[in-house]
Amino acid sequence: MSQQTQTLTIDGKELEFTPGETILEVARRNGIDIPTLCHLKRTAPTGACRMCVVEVQGGRALVASCAMPAAPRMVVATESEKVIEARKLILQLLLASGNHNCLVKGSDGKSYDDYLARLRKAGGNVQPCPAWGGCRLQELAWRYGVTGGRFSPTPPRYPIEDVNPFIVRDFGRCILCGRCVQACNEIQVNQAIHFGYRGAKAKIIAAGDRPYRESDCVFCGECVQACPTGALTEKDARNAARPGETRRVRTTCAYCGVGCQQDLHVKDNRIVKVTGVEGAKPNLGSLCVKGRFGFDFVSSPERLTRPLIREGDSFREASWEEALDLAARRLTAIKEKSGPESLGVLSSARITNEENYVAQKFARAVLETNHIDHCARL
Amino acid sequence: MAGLAASFGSGAMTNTIGDLEEADLFLVTGSNTTETHPVISTFIKRAVVLQGKKLIVVDPRRIVIARYAERWLRPRPGTDVAWLNGMMHVIVAEGLYNREFVEARTAGFEALQKTLEAYSPAAVEKITGIPAAELAEAARLYARAGRASIVYCMGITQHTTGTDNVKSLANLAMLCGHIGKPGTGVNPLRGQNNVQGACDMGALPDVFSGYQKVADENARKKMAAAWGVGRLPTFAGMKVTEMMPAALAGKLKGLYIIGENPAVSDADLGHVEKSLRRLEFLVVQDIFLTETAKLAHVVFPSACFAEKEGTFSNTERRVQRVRKAVEPPGEARADWKILCDLAARLGRPLAYADERAIFEEIRAVTPSYAGITYARIEEEGLHWPCPNEEHPGTPILHREQFTIGKGVFHAIDYRPPAEEADADYPLFLTTGRVLPQYHTRTMTGQTEGLNELAPESFVEISLEDARALGFDDGCLVRVASRRGSITVRLKVSPNAVQGTVFIPFHYAQAAANRLTNAALDPVCGIPEFKVCAVRLEKAA
Ligand code: SF4
Ligand code: SF4
Ligand code: SF4
Repeated sequence: MSQQTQTLTIDGKELEFTPGETILEVARRNGIDIPTLCHLKRTAPTGACRMCVVEVQGGRALVASCAMPAAPRMVVATESEKVIEARKLILQLLLASGNHNCLVKGSDGKSYDDYLARLRKAGGNVQPCPAWGGCRLQELAWRYGVTGGRFSPTPPRYPIEDVNPFIVRDFGRCILCGRCVQACNEIQVNQAIHFGYRGAKAKIIAAGDRPYRESDCVFCGECVQACPTGALTEKDARNAARPGETRRVRTTCAYCGVGCQQDLHVKDNRIVKVTGVEGAKPNLGSLCVKGRFGFDFVSSPERLTRPLIREGDSFREASWEEALDLAARRLTAIKEKSGPESLGVLSSARITNEENYVAQKFARAVLETNHIDHCARL
Repeated sequence: MAGLAASFGSGAMTNTIGDLEEADLFLVTGSNTTETHPVISTFIKRAVVLQGKKLIVVDPRRIVIARYAERWLRPRPGTDVAWLNGMMHVIVAEGLYNREFVEARTAGFEALQKTLEAYSPAAVEKITGIPAAELAEAARLYARAGRASIVYCMGITQHTTGTDNVKSLANLAMLCGHIGKPGTGVNPLRGQNNVQGACDMGALPDVFSGYQKVADENARKKMAAAWGVGRLPTFAGMKVTEMMPAALAGKLKGLYIIGENPAVSDADLGHVEKSLRRLEFLVVQDIFLTETAKLAHVVFPSACFAEKEGTFSNTERRVQRVRKAVEPPGEARADWKILCDLAARLGRPLAYADERAIFEEIRAVTPSYAGITYARIEEEGLHWPCPNEEHPGTPILHREQFTIGKGVFHAIDYRPPAEEADADYPLFLTTGRVLPQYHTRTMTGQTEGLNELAPESFVEISLEDARALGFDDGCLVRVASRRGSITVRLKVSPNAVQGTVFIPFHYAQAAANRLTNAALDPVCGIPEFKVCAVRLEKAA
């Protein structure tokens, strides 16, 4: 903190700030919601989308609050008429810049079925947007009462790219906000994607405009999580569930020792998608390809569902009663005949602390052996 | 992690993931960070690329993170003690070490200094192949950095000299005083998500939870009282690497395996399978019918991480919640429940209302976890040691003093690996992981997309070696060691360097561990996965 606190006024409130803080940061810290699209935490602001413009008293033009440092005695209005007009215009232009059919013919976002019906009526390319209900652009359009239609939509300039197992890139829904580029370069530092071409041809490209699969992309999915629209989506989740239909359960990744915090998105007792928990330590929202996409094993048909008992060279299914009884009988017999030194337990680096604790207690207090280890040496 | 424990008194990562970004320099060795700990690698890459911090990578392979490095040093596999001694030789000879720190906080410097004399960069070059000038320069960079962090993984530990390697890293950090502050330390990255927790909870032969020694009578009495049993066994427990030979010898007759697949992950595979087959009774509890489960007499179906409550402890000692998202399939049960059900039948019931009740018992008997509660870690995990509920947890270890008091320097001489390349087996083989797969693929193998990215095993070789052998990229080759052979596809890669080939260990069909050497580190019992000698032939 600096020696003397400095203040500015936002929406009539006098607020303290630390030199270097932007208007957006001060506003957010104080619960004032300035809308943003391109702004991505932990990366340098680009001011590209201009959604966060605010009016500063005495200034001639509106300023992008994400890039403008707060200054003493500044007087800022975040939702003035001028600001709202500017945001509406930006939204209209963005909605017209591609295939943003979520607002088709006055669809108001209340009902997905209504949206589908209107889409069908509209004819033409009627693919519903997989991000419907979970899109920042759509959310802002509703917030500012923008319905599209003022400018006519531009047909997509580039075809969808999905020749990889995990990510669909729908350029028609890209608003060129650059969040994915920042996520890839400034957060994951995989340096796989960047802005390519100029002007109306602008496109986010990987390795000389090739599919993700042929680039340095490692499928961490950071770009998907950062994308505010339906331009980047998880392939599997597209068909499995719409945003809003799922329940989120926060947990810890089951793979490596980083212990990333993740949200499991669950629908009908099935995980359909995984995202990183924004801002939570240790991963601050990031995941890798395994943590983000490697969840199919949970609902695999090959999962064991009943106890098995060996018979000759094969197994037969058994009840818990029978299998537990058999195990108890055989372990007891060995213990009685050859002593507890002839019994061992291998616990696991993949089960919980609670279970490892119970496993060692089981070994020492129940089987009475100290031969307990886990396989991390291997 | 016996090496670190002997040096500092604690075997865990000394610092946190978040504070890596505070380092001015990273020394990454034996860790293919971008593939095995991808999200940790982002912290290092950000610091290097966006903040201009320095990175030194020492690794036999030109791994991806080496692209970001100021310097990449390439030692011959298995020569880590030599290059580390070489770096310390330079640091001592040029007076770059932290005298104050060495005097105030460590013991054993004189002996180390004596040992280091023989390791001039020129002498070390003969052993490691690292050019003397480059090694000296790397040593100066590390010593002069304001804050330097060492990051390592299995590439350091999976050797017959693994414990020595780790002690040498600890020597280096203490010599320069790069420990006990943010952005410093010696940081082992744990491979599997809850290795740290399995160790913390006493899934080890010689300790109860919280590393309380079984050999200590007071600890035994305390646990026996807490568990309500008369007495606890006193005989020395065997490590997994001792249990297998004991099974083969018929001394170990019954084995209970929970959620592990040693039939694929163990060194010198054939030997493990034989050992497991010799058992009178094998119980396996897992979510899939793994290669190991197929050898069992009884298999119990268990619930996976998304189907139960609990905690995991990550590589930075942070205890974090695991939560139930879906129901287990069919009749599968949580691993702890199965153990409790069986215990009841063995006449010694273990009964808990739920996972929280188990955690409460853990807290009661484990001082380093005593202050952690489910309520406290609802939003953000805590780092142990956390002795009471007011304690904020301990992100950085050894701040004022080491856990054992004074840090211990170990004077260590270089010992060659158990097997070296020779006329019959002219190439070094090293094994490891690839990004899209995990361990023996019981989990990742179920995601089609991950298999698509990494469908099968391969042997990675340099263009020079491939040419010399007359092999084309993509052809099938037989890789043979003194223990066995496998047939895999050849992958010519710029990541490989001449003289060393690499095979991932994930694949059961062409298991790299059929080739590796079961020679063990005498202290840790970790097999030498990272070096053995092989020969490549055209597949028949
Ligand atoms: S998936 Fe990851 S590596 Fe690939 S483009 Fe997106 S952010 Fe970059
Ligand atoms: S793909 Fe998404 S994140 Fe990337 S520029 Fe387009 S809209 Fe923005
Ligand atoms: S998401 Fe990736 S880096 Fe994070 S814990 Fe899981 S496997 Fe490790």
